[in-house]
Amino acid sequence: MERSNREYTIGAVEDFMLQIGRVVHAGEVELAIFRTSDGAIYAVRNHSPHPKGGPLAEGIVSGYYLYDPLHDWKIDLRTGEIQAPDRGQAEVYPVTVEGGVVKVTLPAAVTTLN
Amino acid sequence: MAAEREKLVLIGNGMAGVGTIEQILKLGGAYDISVFGSEPHPNYNRIMLSYVLEGSKSIEDIILNDLGWYEDNHITLHTGTTVTRIDDQNKLILTDNGLAVPYDKAIIATGSNSFILPVPGSTKDGVVGFRDIADCDAMLAAAKQYRTAAVIGGGLLGLEAAKGLVNLGMDVTVVHLLEDLMERQLDRTASSMLQAELTRQGVRFAMGKQTVELTGEERVTGLRFSDGSVLPAEFVVMAVGIKPNVQLAKDSGITVNRGIVVDDYMQTSMADVYSVGECTEHRGTCYGLVAPLFEQGMVLAKHLSGVQTPGYEGSVVATKLKISGVDVFSAGEFTETPEHTVISAKDEWKRTYKKILLKNNVIVGAVLFGDVTESANLQKLVKNSTEMTNEIYDEVMGTSCCGGGGAKKGMSVEAMADEEIVCGCNGVTKKAIVDAVTENGFTTVDEIKACTGATRSCGGCKPVVEQILQFVLGDSFQQSAKQGICSCTSLSRDEIVAEITAKGLRTTKEVMHVLDWKQAEGCSKCRPAVNYYLGMIYPDTHEDEKESRFVNERMSANIQKDGTYTVIPRMYGGVTTPEDLKRIADVSLKYDVKVVKVTGGQRLDLIGVKKEDVPKVWEELDMPSGYGYAKSLRTVKTCVGSQFCRFGTQDSMGMGAMLERKYERLDMPAKFKMAVNGCPRNCAESCTKDIGIVGNDGGWEVFIGGNGGIKPRIADAFCKVKSDEELVEVCSAVIQYYRETGNYLERTSEWVERMGLEHIQTVVMGNDDNRKELAARIDFALAQVSDPWRKMLDDKNTRTALFEETQV
Ligand SMILES: Cc1cc2nc3c(=O)[nH]c(=O)nc-3n(C[C@H](O)[C@H](O)[C@H](O)COP(=O)(O)OP(=O)(O)OC[C@H]3O[C@@H](n4cnc5c(N)ncnc54)[C@H](O)[C@@H]3O)c2cc1C
Ligand code: SF4
Ligand code: FES
Repeated sequence: MERSNREYTIGAVEDFMLQIGRVVHAGEVELAIFRTSDGAIYAVRNHSPHPKGGPLAEGIVSGYYLYDPLHDWKIDLRTGEIQAPDRGQAEVYPVTVEGGVVKVTLPAAVTTLN
Repeated sequence: MAAEREKLVLIGNGMAGVGTIEQILKLGGAYDISVFGSEPHPNYNRIMLSYVLEGSKSIEDIILNDLGWYEDNHITLHTGTTVTRIDDQNKLILTDNGLAVPYDKAIIATGSNSFILPVPGSTKDGVVGFRDIADCDAMLAAAKQYRTAAVIGGGLLGLEAAKGLVNLGMDVTVVHLLEDLMERQLDRTASSMLQAELTRQGVRFAMGKQTVELTGEERVTGLRFSDGSVLPAEFVVMAVGIKPNVQLAKDSGITVNRGIVVDDYMQTSMADVYSVGECTEHRGTCYGLVAPLFEQGMVLAKHLSGVQTPGYEGSVVATKLKISGVDVFSAGEFTETPEHTVISAKDEWKRTYKKILLKNNVIVGAVLFGDVTESANLQKLVKNSTEMTNEIYDEVMGTSCCGGGGAKKGMSVEAMADEEIVCGCNGVTKKAIVDAVTENGFTTVDEIKACTGATRSCGGCKPVVEQILQFVLGDSFQQSAKQGICSCTSLSRDEIVAEITAKGLRTTKEVMHVLDWKQAEGCSKCRPAVNYYLGMIYPDTHEDEKESRFVNERMSANIQKDGTYTVIPRMYGGVTTPEDLKRIADVSLKYDVKVVKVTGGQRLDLIGVKKEDVPKVWEELDMPSGYGYAKSLRTVKTCVGSQFCRFGTQDSMGMGAMLERKYERLDMPAKFKMAVNGCPRNCAESCTKDIGIVGNDGGWEVFIGGNGGIKPRIADAFCKVKSDEELVEVCSAVIQYYRETGNYLERTSEWVERMGLEHIQTVVMGNDDNRKELAARIDFALAQVSDPWRKMLDDKNTRTALFEETQV
């Protein structure tokens, strides 16, 4: 069965400080939004894939990588891939910026809740 | 829809079972997985219950897989549910609450139960085993209410329980049937050394006593022994052994001996039903330690995931007691018989003991007490039934000269199979460690720990991890181990600081660019460090980089595990006023603070403030921040002093408040604590502070480098001064010298040991000009600081970006 994806407008580019995460609730999903030093914006589910979980929004951002604030896992913001030798996948969602407005697209059925 | 996957049911949500599931997930085994556990908790590290009892870990810390993990891996978890029978006719798992769940494959991993002595009175209130969180909670609760405890059983568990209860303030006697403690692991010599050491640590012993009855009405009041003597006890822990938990297997008609009988692929007598862990019996042996259970789990996981594997052949077990300051180790055979050749060395002054047993020149067992550095090596030698040679002798008995030993050790890890488990507690294989080193360029045990988990629990595997590191890095080991503050650079702290000053670098970005960082924007280790060094070098011009700060410092509040924050107002010298207390009470009520706690540093924690309320709480408190989160001065603890105390010779409250006002807010390499006492009775405990000050009749005495935290250290006497002015100048100079030379995150306890007390004394006390210059530099830096909350409240943008969440 096909269902359309959902698009959320989450604010203006300036609402997001460089390299400092921010929490946005889009529907039932809690997102951590990051703006890297080159100005690009990324959206990740605000839940660490580490077995002990925890938030991501407060992590340190270096280049396109996020360091999980509680467990120091290194996460690629572009793909959500956890860097070796840790393994795992953070959930990332596509972001578009048009005319300074930031939008995130969530898949129709998000199976994991916070 | 995806194709139907086979249903795998795990019975027993413990270490062996969940370890197996983790391996299956890693190997990509395609199953729909359900897990049943009798306990109400997710999977936790049972080994670490000893640390929970001892107080160094909380229950939260020992959770291995939280509920999110089950969810993320699509595993259905039934906690608080006991499986009562496996119906193999209908292929159903039946539970005590009436569930009937179909399975294709099932794993029984029901562990063991505490063995409770079948003597009259053993069911009275106040009698527990030591097995799970509930037992641990019962002990923690008992220690609050009762004074005297008895632990029956002088084995590993009994001794850990006893030490935990002593730490909780109870008066504890270990009752042991035999004359020797840990008689199944230690020989008489090691055992008596152990008893002497534990006696020094406050544990009492009643040896050679057989308990025949527990006395009391509803609740236990004491023990009666076979010789007629009695021991009063308000609380009793039974730690006499464990019994494989085989009830379910028996009730389901599976073959059971002492444990559930399995073959080399962990298959039970029932088709499609497997068993791992303490409940199993493999080739006649039931294991009660984690390492063998992980080895079993690994074989089973491969078998179930369709990966070729040799069968499980049994394990050599080694034991390590987890009591701080008591190092004992044993592996293989330890009681000497005429067949054995015995090599032993006992040193009564250093309180160490080493014994190695040979049979036909093959190393078959070893016992170590006091110094266990050779434990990993010996364990391997025993496991591989190695023949004793001159080289090995020199190595393990510590008689070799430099050189030979290292190479030999390298070879023993080289010979280790990739899949061999190095860290038993966390199930980390040799390969995982090698990969961590080769793929990430790691050079330290800490880095390996952070990413693989090896050495994270009991620490017993650390020597082997080090050896693997050394083996993989080869010649570059020495060199690279000394290098770099993190993997982004090969420069040391001192080199970085020197380059910053020489080249006039101003921002972390610039530092990383000019000094050729491997990762352009650094990592979570070097960014905060470089930000600190820049602030220390340019106190007036460096713009603090919020994005390079750890969460707590960035938010100027302590994050708690539930995502709420703790707010701590300043209370200079631990003194407050009724007005301030009233305001704190009003704000706490208004913002629904969960707990108001008095901290060890004499101030109030307002715990459980919602993230978005934090700025409002500060605004309404209108008090300076206590910097409970910061790498800077936390508190100056004071005693009552001459203002009120009948012994006081100096005004400790006044001096403490003054010092706290003077040094607050300034960044330091790590957190910093002080104390001021009015007289040598030392009621504010200055011996465990970074700077401790003790008043005497003619002035003050200064102590430095104390620490009461993870690595306790008693402060060193630094100097005596006559006037208050001198005191302040000395404190200023010491703090500034620490700021200028300390590694980021290095506490003064480590700093004093690295720099040498005498060196610091020479710098600060040896030369008046030096001291005055240091003091002037800190005063300059202090002139630049301001309260973060004032700034935050005025800066709407930062405040919104950090504390407000958006809902769309
Ligand atoms: C205090 C303490 C300290 C220890 N220290 C060490 C140490 O330093 N080193 C070491 O190697 N080992 C140590 N051990 C031993 C180690 O913890 C065990 O060997 C290991 O936990 C056993 O794993 P398991 O999965 O077989 O059993 P467990 O971890 O006990 O798991 C079994 C689980 O199954 C559940 N269960 C039982 N029956 C049913 C049922 N019918 N239905 C559903 N669920 C059921 C139980 O509630 C339990 O949670 C220690 C143990 C304790 C108690
Ligand atoms: S240290 Fe001395 S002055 Fe201070 S409270 Fe204790 S006894 Fe009194
Ligand atoms: S074996 Fe216990 S931490 Fe590695």
